[in-house]
Amino acid sequence: MRLKYPANIKIVRVPCTGKVDILHILRSFEKGADGVYVVGCLEGDCHHHSGNLRARKRVEQSQKILEAIGIGGNRVQMYNLSSSEGARFARIAGEMVDKIIKLGPNPIKKAKQATGASGC
Amino acid sequence: MIVADKKPIEEIIEEVKDKHTIFIVGCNECVTVCEAGGKKEVGILASALRIYFLKEGKEVKIDEMTLQRQCDHEYLEEIRNVIDKYDAVVSLACGVGVQFMAEKYHSIPVYPGVNTCFMGVTEKRGLWAERCQGCGQCILAHTGGICPISRCAKRILNGPCGGSSNGHCEIRKELDCGWQLIIDRLKALGRLDEYEKIYPIKNWSFERSGGPRQVVRKDVQE
Amino acid sequence: MKVKTPSKLEKILASGCLAVTSECGPPRGSDPEMITRKANLIKSHVDAINITDNQTSVTRLCSLAACIHLKLMGLEPVLQMVTRDRNRIALQSDILGAASFDIHNILCLSGDHQSFGDCPQGQNVYDIDSMQLIQTVRYMRDEGKFLGGDNLHRSPQMFVGAAANPFADPFEIRVPRLAKKVAAGAEFIQTQCIYNLDKFELWMKMACDRGLHEKVHILAGLTPLKSAGMARYMKNRVPGMDVPDEVVKRIAGTPKEKQPEEGIKICIESIERLKKVEGVHGFHIMAIEWEEMVPEIVEKGGLYPRPKVE
Repeated sequence: MRLKYPANIKIVRVPCTGKVDILHILRSFEKGADGVYVVGCLEGDCHHHSGNLRARKRVEQSQKILEAIGIGGNRVQMYNLSSSEGARFARIAGEMVDKIIKLGPNPIKKAKQATGASGC
Repeated sequence: MIVADKKPIEEIIEEVKDKHTIFIVGCNECVTVCEAGGKKEVGILASALRIYFLKEGKEVKIDEMTLQRQCDHEYLEEIRNVIDKYDAVVSLACGVGVQFMAEKYHSIPVYPGVNTCFMGVTEKRGLWAERCQGCGQCILAHTGGICPISRCAKRILNGPCGGSSNGHCEIRKELDCGWQLIIDRLKALGRLDEYEKIYPIKNWSFERSGGPRQVVRKDVQE
Repeated sequence: MKVKTPSKLEKILASGCLAVTSECGPPRGSDPEMITRKANLIKSHVDAINITDNQTSVTRLCSLAACIHLKLMGLEPVLQMVTRDRNRIALQSDILGAASFDIHNILCLSGDHQSFGDCPQGQNVYDIDSMQLIQTVRYMRDEGKFLGGDNLHRSPQMFVGAAANPFADPFEIRVPRLAKKVAAGAEFIQTQCIYNLDKFELWMKMACDRGLHEKVHILAGLTPLKSAGMARYMKNRVPGMDVPDEVVKRIAGTPKEKQPEEGIKICIESIERLKKVEGVHGFHIMAIEWEEMVPEIVEKGGLYPRPKVE
C-alpha cells in the first residue's frame, strides 16, 4: 500500500496506548515537539481491555495542562483506528500536520529565538 | 489517609513565576495514594513548569525529589544539604508536610502544590471520600461504626434531620445520608433499640474548637 | 396536662381545644412594618405566630427581633431557633433575651443546611443539634441553670416545641425519632406540611400506639398550594416533602385561575379529616407569602372563633 504521510512526524512505538503517560506527552513538548497525537486501537477493541481508554483520559489531562500553561491544549489529540486502516492513518497524519502548521511552532521555540538561546 | 487534590497549575505558576531555582518535593505517603503529590505528580508538575518557563523565555532550574514523608524530621533532613540551592520549594505534601518543611527551613519560601482536603478512604480509584474529622473523642462505638460528625452535613448527633430522603443527604443527591447508614447498620447489628438513646451535647474542646491540639505521650518520649 | 409556663398556646392546648398557629417569615430588610402587616392579617384567627429563623438559610431580619415586634403588638410569638448559626453561648443568650421580653414559646430546630441559602460559602455551627436544644431550654427553664452548670437568675418560662417530619426517610425511625424528641423534653410538635394524609395517619397511629399523643401536643402542619407549579416544586425539589400524585393531578387538572381556590379547598378538607385523627391537637398553617388566606382557611376549617384564655 505504499501510502505517503508527512515526513515531519516522528513515530514512537508503544506496546499499547495504555503505556502512554501524561509525562511522555509533556516531555515531548519540553523537548520542542509542536504537537503530539496518540493513535490507539478502536474503542472496545483494546487487547489489554482498556489501554486506549486510559490513553484518552491522559490525552485529555495533557490538553488541560498545556492549555493552562499557554502552550495550547489542541496540540494534543487522540485518534482511534484499526490496524487495517492504513489509508486513514495517512489521512490523520496529514490532518494533524495541517492543524499544527496552522497553530505554528511550539511557543517555547519562539521564546528561545527571541532570547537567542541555543535550540533543543 | 489524608486526602489532597491537585492545585490548579495557574495558581502554582502565580506563586513561583519570579523564581530562578525551584525544588519540587513530593511525599510518598497519603498524597501518593490519592494521586495528588507523589513522584508521578511531581514529575508532571516539574515538566509543565519547565515548558511554561521555556515558553516565557526564562531560564529556571527545576529539580524534583520525593521524600518518604514530610511530616517527620528524619525524612525532611534528607534535603538539608541541597535546599539552600533553591529560591523556592513547592511541596506536594499535605498541609502538614508543607508546614513542617517551612518550620524546618525557615529562610526558604515553601509553597503548597496541593489543596489538603480531609481524612478519608479510596472508595474506588479516582473517588476519595471523607471518614473522619479528628474530633478527638471517638463515638463510633455508639453509632454502629459510622461517624455522624464526618458523614452528616450538619454533624448532628441525634439524626437524621428532616432532609434525609431515599437514603440521600439534602445537600447533594450523590451523598449518602450518614444517619441512614447508621440506622441501617444498627439494624444489621440488631441494635436498633439504641437509636432512641439521646446522644448528649458533645464536648468539642478536643476538636478544632479547643485550639491547636497536641497528643503528649510521656511513655514513648525520649 | 398541667400548665408549666405562662404560654397562651400551652393553656389552649391544655384546655383540650384544637390550637391554631401560623407562621410569618421575617423580611429581607429592616422594615418592621412588613412583620406587623403580616401579623395583623392573621392575628385574630390564630393563637400564636411562629417567626422563622433564617429559613432555607436565606439571611433575614432575626427571629428574636421579629418576635419582640409581635410581643409589642400584644400577640403570642413562637420563637423559632435553629442550631445552624449559633453556638451554645449564643443560643442560651438569645433564649434569655427572648425570655426577658416574655416570649413564652420556642421551636427548636436544626435548620436547613447553609448550602441552600444566600451564603453557601459560610460556616455552619451545629455545636448542638435540635434534640439537644430542646434539652437545653428545658434545663434552663426547669433547673434554672446554664449548660455550664451555673445558676441563672429568672429562668426562661418557655413552652418547648420541636418539629417532626412524618415523611422523611427512613420511615421506620420516624416515630422513634418523635419519641426521642419527647424524651428530650418537647411539649408540642409542629409537623412538616401534610399532603399525604394516609401516611400521616399511619404515623399518628404508630405514635398513639406508643402513647406519645398523651405526652406531647401534635399540631398538624398544612401549607395551601397556590398552583400546580408549586405542587410540583414541593414534590420534586423540597427534601423530605411528600406530595402524592393525586394532589398534583387535582391541582393541575384545575384551570389556572382556579388553582389557588382549589389549593385552599384541599387545605380545608385536610383540616376536616385531620381533626378526627386521634392525637392531633391543633393545626400549624404555613401559608407561605399567602398569609391573607389564613383567616379563610381557619374559618372554613371550623376553627373560628379562637378560644379566649386569661
